[in-house]
Amino acid sequence: MTKPSARIGVYICHCGTNIAGTINVAALREFAATLPGVIVARDYKYMCSDPGQELIKADIAQHGLERVVVAACSPHLHEHTFRTACEEAGLNPYLCHMVNIREHDSWVHSGEAATAKARDLLRAAVQRVAWNRPLERRSIPIRQSVLVVGGGIAGIHAALTLANAGKKVYLVEREPTIGGHMAMFDKTFPTLDCAACILTPKMTAVKDHPNITLWTYSEVIGVEGFVGDFKVRVRRKPRYVIEDLCVGCLECIEACVYKQPKFYDEFNQGLGKRKPIYIPFPQAVPQVVVIDPETCIEFKSGKCKKTCLEACGERQAIDFGQQETIETIEVGAIILATGYKAFDASRIPYYGYGVYPNVYTALEVERLINAAGPTGGELVLRDGRKPRSVGIVHCVGSRDEHTNRWCSRVCCMYSLKLAHLVKERTGAEVYNFYIDMRTPGKAFEEFYNRVAEEGVHFIRGKVADVYPAETDGRLILRAEDTLLGQVRKIPVDMVILATGLEPQADATEVRRLFNISCSSEGWFLERHPKLAPVNTFTDGIFLAGCCQGPKDIPDTVAQAGAAAAEAMQLLDTGSIELEPNTAYVLEEVCSGCKTCVGLCPYNAISFLPEKNVAQVNEALCKGCGTCVAACPSASIRQHLFEDEQIFEEVVGVLA
Amino acid sequence: MPEATAPVGQNQTAAFEPKIVAFFCNWCTYLAADLAGTSRLRYAPNVRVVRVMCSGRVDPQFVLEAFAQGADGVLIGGCHPNDCHYQEGNYKALRRYHLLRRMLEQMGVEPERFRLEWISASEGERLRQVVNEMVEQVRALGPFRKSEQFEPAEEAVAR
Repeated sequence: MTKPSARIGVYICHCGTNIAGTINVAALREFAATLPGVIVARDYKYMCSDPGQELIKADIAQHGLERVVVAACSPHLHEHTFRTACEEAGLNPYLCHMVNIREHDSWVHSGEAATAKARDLLRAAVQRVAWNRPLERRSIPIRQSVLVVGGGIAGIHAALTLANAGKKVYLVEREPTIGGHMAMFDKTFPTLDCAACILTPKMTAVKDHPNITLWTYSEVIGVEGFVGDFKVRVRRKPRYVIEDLCVGCLECIEACVYKQPKFYDEFNQGLGKRKPIYIPFPQAVPQVVVIDPETCIEFKSGKCKKTCLEACGERQAIDFGQQETIETIEVGAIILATGYKAFDASRIPYYGYGVYPNVYTALEVERLINAAGPTGGELVLRDGRKPRSVGIVHCVGSRDEHTNRWCSRVCCMYSLKLAHLVKERTGAEVYNFYIDMRTPGKAFEEFYNRVAEEGVHFIRGKVADVYPAETDGRLILRAEDTLLGQVRKIPVDMVILATGLEPQADATEVRRLFNISCSSEGWFLERHPKLAPVNTFTDGIFLAGCCQGPKDIPDTVAQAGAAAAEAMQLLDTGSIELEPNTAYVLEEVCSGCKTCVGLCPYNAISFLPEKNVAQVNEALCKGCGTCVAACPSASIRQHLFEDEQIFEEVVGVLA
Repeated sequence: MPEATAPVGQNQTAAFEPKIVAFFCNWCTYLAADLAGTSRLRYAPNVRVVRVMCSGRVDPQFVLEAFAQGADGVLIGGCHPNDCHYQEGNYKALRRYHLLRRMLEQMGVEPERFRLEWISASEGERLRQVVNEMVEQVRALGPFRKSEQFEPAEEAVAR
């Protein structure tokens, strides 16, 4: 093909001093003006601003520009802006090309080398843009339903927001009940609202909402499709109880052949016991019991008297033969609200968790002081005594080179809350060992002052170790008090480890399932840390709550609302425009070798035997270009990434 | 000319700035380079990035063309195994890479000049390391000089 000639305009952004402080933009503009085809070259302080865009639009009209090259930031940030500006001026948006001279140049290089690199990149872009052709956006309708994964406070809030706006919502939760971590807490900081009192009405609202389909004890196992049209497979695990028939009377639990609960109770962190047939906690939603086949005698031996069946009677809700089912749903958007995992305190051996019985995690203490907890709200040690002194160790598994480097954001505040509650309930002396006291939130610092005035002791120092006293068996916390400048050893009856927040153990598998990215720590990666905090790089998939990073309940709820709004905005658009970067076949060149057919991961390529050529289904093609690279006769091509365009870039950067 | 084939001396390598063409996928490695930028991680300015949607789009001809046009090295960056935005384009890139690498070696191209790396969107630091390392390796090798064996391929690329 002969190289097309076009009237090209080049626009170089200063980005304040972000680019112009490093790259000689005047020299770059002069250089651009000498490139073949360039009719006009300009530089401007902020190209993305309205006056900057107007500059481009005016030139398109005045100089009859046929191509536009903008040298500025990453196309991931402003490609859409400049394409839209071109479109508004009557130029096909795909005749605009961006050159990244900020992220890839001025922010990482300096001196003449930075300007030289900008010249090479700009030359490449000017050469490639001549080959750009006008393209039409593809448009597909958006399904008016949303999948919310995870039924903690984030998922609950997002689901309710969407459902109240009239959207169909599927809420999928892998545990037998929704509620997440928040349901385990006693009070919430800094207002000391009872967590259950503010959460359970929302949980019930989810169950009762006509627009929400709630699937607990269920997991997403497959995701296909793309924004506007996801096909999701959900595995509904058998709970051996038919959800529609169970009325939540709990008589079966009473009737179980195990007279006393004797199995590890997950919801109470093992501090309480449950039976093989159980409900996680009294306010669980749905109010449907679960049978644990690992401990149920009927499942283990088949020789149980099945007194639960008898108790259920005519309701016939118990079904030992229940099988898992796979449901397939179609949704337009997905919100991930899969939450966090509390740090495993036994990973830090010198704090003695799992070794000394009176070393607890904060989550265990939440259950102990919760009125619905294993001790009915009595804060007692494992031997039943009330603690007279309690030490709270901050930053366990946070801000630590050996475990996790990040600050978990909530531990200072929940430690203050626990200090207050412990003092209120037991009158014990409470010692907080902290590195820094971090209380940046509305009414947080005031709460800290209040707790300090209540007589809680604060010792600035990281606890070195916890060990039992030889005399009375109390636990000694040893730490360097960095304000006093000396080592202190404080004996206490109870140690509470303020464990930090970690990504879920299976975060990597989950992100692969949904084709999104993780930060190196394992938190799901947002599209932009400031301007797109609930979006991901996969269109139509949004984030809410701690799966994106540690945060408290107010921030989680705010983020869940934002994710719901983003999903709603998407759904209300009605249709989505897709990048037209699909592959297509030049039938007259295609030899019918079928190399491409097996390469396509989306089965978008079919073979037409009557014509002996391959054919690309544009609706299925996602535009990766793998088939294009493999075609031996160069008969498959890709819009926006034509061979000529890439060759021109290669030649351009090396000229 | 005898100078052209003579080994490159110490003095010459000190002044030599290699040119490396990089093909980065839109979803992982290009974003890693964006992240390196927002994190202000300084690295060698010798790499020129060509954005493709997927590392699977990198036609071996692009690599040959880059060497033919005077690149001293070619770097391909894609998503980690299992992480490809397009499910498996990176595996296709890997297959072609191994084949092309052998071919280039037979043509006398040192293996250090052609590299495939998996760099995810969150690995700005890794991007910096890979670029710096490759620039140093290629700098040590000296400028790329096409051997005679390369010419038939170059003609084929030129068509």
